[in-house]
Amino acid sequence: MIHVTKRRELPPQQVLAIRLAAIALALVTCGIITTMTTGLNPISVYGTMINGAFGSQRKVWILLQETALLLCVSLALTPAFRMRFWNLGGEGQILIGGLAAAACMIISGGRLPNVVVIPLEIVAAIGAGAAWALLPALFKAKWNTNETLFTLMMNYVATQLVAYYVMIWEVPKGSGKIGIINQGTQVGWLPQIGSYKYLLNILIVAVLTVAMYAYLRYSKHGYEISVVGESTSTARYVGIKVERVIIRTLLLSGAICGLAGLLLVGGTDHTITTTIAAGRGFTAVMVAWLSKFNPAIMVASSLLLVFMGRGAGEISTIYGLNHSFGDILTGIILFFIIGSEFFITYRLNIQRKGGKGDD
Amino acid sequence: MKNAMLNRRQAIALGLGSAATMALAACGGNGGAAGGGDASSIKVGLICLHDENSTYDLNFLNAFKEACATLGISEDDYMVKTNIPEGQECYDAAAELADAGCTVIFADSFGHEDYMIQAAKEFPEVQFCHATGTKAHTEGLDNYHNAFASIYEGRYLAGVAAGLKLKEMIDAGTITADKAKMGYVGAYTYAEVVSGYTSFYLGARSIVPEVTMDVTFTGSWYDETAEKEGATKLINGGCVLISQHADSMGAPTACENADVPNVSYNGSTQEACPNTFIVSSRINWAPYYEYAVNATIAGEAIDADWTGTLATGSVQLTDVNEAVAAKGTVEKIEEVKAGLEDGTIRVFDTSTFTVDGKTLDSYEADVDTDPDYTPDTEVVSDGYFHESEFRSAPYFDLKIDGIELLDTKF
Repeated sequence: MIHVTKRRELPPQQVLAIRLAAIALALVTCGIITTMTTGLNPISVYGTMINGAFGSQRKVWILLQETALLLCVSLALTPAFRMRFWNLGGEGQILIGGLAAAACMIISGGRLPNVVVIPLEIVAAIGAGAAWALLPALFKAKWNTNETLFTLMMNYVATQLVAYYVMIWEVPKGSGKIGIINQGTQVGWLPQIGSYKYLLNILIVAVLTVAMYAYLRYSKHGYEISVVGESTSTARYVGIKVERVIIRTLLLSGAICGLAGLLLVGGTDHTITTTIAAGRGFTAVMVAWLSKFNPAIMVASSLLLVFMGRGAGEISTIYGLNHSFGDILTGIILFFIIGSEFFITYRLNIQRKGGKGDD
Repeated sequence: MKNAMLNRRQAIALGLGSAATMALAACGGNGGAAGGGDASSIKVGLICLHDENSTYDLNFLNAFKEACATLGISEDDYMVKTNIPEGQECYDAAAELADAGCTVIFADSFGHEDYMIQAAKEFPEVQFCHATGTKAHTEGLDNYHNAFASIYEGRYLAGVAAGLKLKEMIDAGTITADKAKMGYVGAYTYAEVVSGYTSFYLGARSIVPEVTMDVTFTGSWYDETAEKEGATKLINGGCVLISQHADSMGAPTACENADVPNVSYNGSTQEACPNTFIVSSRINWAPYYEYAVNATIAGEAIDADWTGTLATGSVQLTDVNEAVAAKGTVEKIEEVKAGLEDGTIRVFDTSTFTVDGKTLDSYEADVDTDPDYTPDTEVVSDGYFHESEFRSAPYFDLKIDGIELLDTKF
């Protein structure tokens, strides 16, 4: 007989030990599956993955840049999630922010100087992201509509809007591609710090991480978010204006997604496509949950997922394995990490048949 | 390709870890170059939008490996990056390949172009060769090049096979001549696609003058569901033969399910569609890869625009599926092919088609890409439209009579 009981809170070292054991087990399982399906030596596969993520200075920069972007979106979702508002519209909010930034770059290109275009672009992208989250928030606050479906649907609206504008701005005609905007003049491109292409994005997200941590932990707003998340009735009882908190928090959530769109369009890619968000709005949901909505842990979670992605790319280049193989490994590792939460929260009491329970 | 993958896996299984592989790569020391020149010290890279599940990318991957084998470039000296989106990731991938020592880097997707240019500016000593792009001849970079093939000739030949099939159906009484309508699933309303379906249509019309064609667009180069739905919609709309210019198995599968003959693209789909596959045209990129690598080895300049032809072996037709194709298809294709090669047949012969009821005697195409699509080059002379002569990528973007466009707004 196996008896499952809820544990009291475990000491942190023990929690850490369970998590590390889970990762170790995940690596062993991945190793066995790698050998069984491909005949490769798992140690060299892991080595290749590490090499793919950290093997050169450029690879490290790419890793950090990708981590920063994923982290940025995860941070955006966090205040909403802590309030138990399931913002699944990150993808759309990034896209619409990116679209606003691209519009500024294209329309003002050649007409306005960079000192005007860039602030305009920042305001437009952040504003557009916030507006895209505001709509479902208003409906939730006023009429208690289902935010999960609403935010999800807003993604499709954003994708179609981007597709529409791509057809207007495409070069050459009919190609469905805008290409790099202002490649010659670099108007509307966020400035590059020294010779480091991605440093600005990384610094912005680093500051944002600290700010979000402090906001949630130490500010009155952060406290209100937690109370609303626990129970709206309690929140009302203690005098918190729930509607206001919902709208304010979603404006923040959308604004940060808009910022992610800005960093993508103005900072790195300098174009807009319907796929530029690359699923980050959804991957970030996983990052946020995996980190229990704690911005500090999110740094590690985003790094892990980006590392797995970069590693998968490298093993496909070196061994000719399909990218899906990397996804399988990522799936196994996530399965173990999420599974370990069960053992942290619950205890298994294995009893012999007929034996008496000790609790 | 499977063999190449196996070899590598076996090599790894023999104990060559990644570090060892790289150390070996650094040492060079490959077998003699079969393709002439000294290929032992060169490293080449390829960037693909998708992976081998896309018929388009598979065609590039196969050609790349074939060319490397011909040139004597070992598996340790070529690198392939798959699933690289048309964004900053392409620049990153190109830069990583350059870091790894590749001196010729190829990319296979139209949207990679600007990011290849960005990388080309940063690595002047590395050659960047981009397939299907349009900007090399105006960009003025010594190390950035475009390539394409006169695939409209291949499409025309495939169209001839389609026409013969229609004629067979008419002769057998399966359909009447006024019901001879073909369907075409296109990706974008872009010149590359327009040039392709128009040449296919003209090929079919050279056999069946009454034929018409409906074209639907998916708004994506690879969207299996949309391509399948597009083909099904065309079939339900009365199209009795389907072809496509999009890169998944969507359209061929829909044809096999509905038992409607299909003229494929990028390579044979006979294995999956034995009862409906007629023939497929494809660009064989191996001649270009060999040309570009050999030029780099010899220290010679690579053309800013390189157009492969039937003569270079770049434009190819797969084997005809005799079980589905009309009798005499192989012979007829050979005959028309000879005509194309000696110039007695022109695909875009202005006496064979009309635009808005009128014969085309002059047309300015947008050869030099710009955001306003400014027409800049006269491309009609000597009684035909000169496709892929002023730059390698197609620029035929006219809507000719007999073709109906559906869903141009995707």
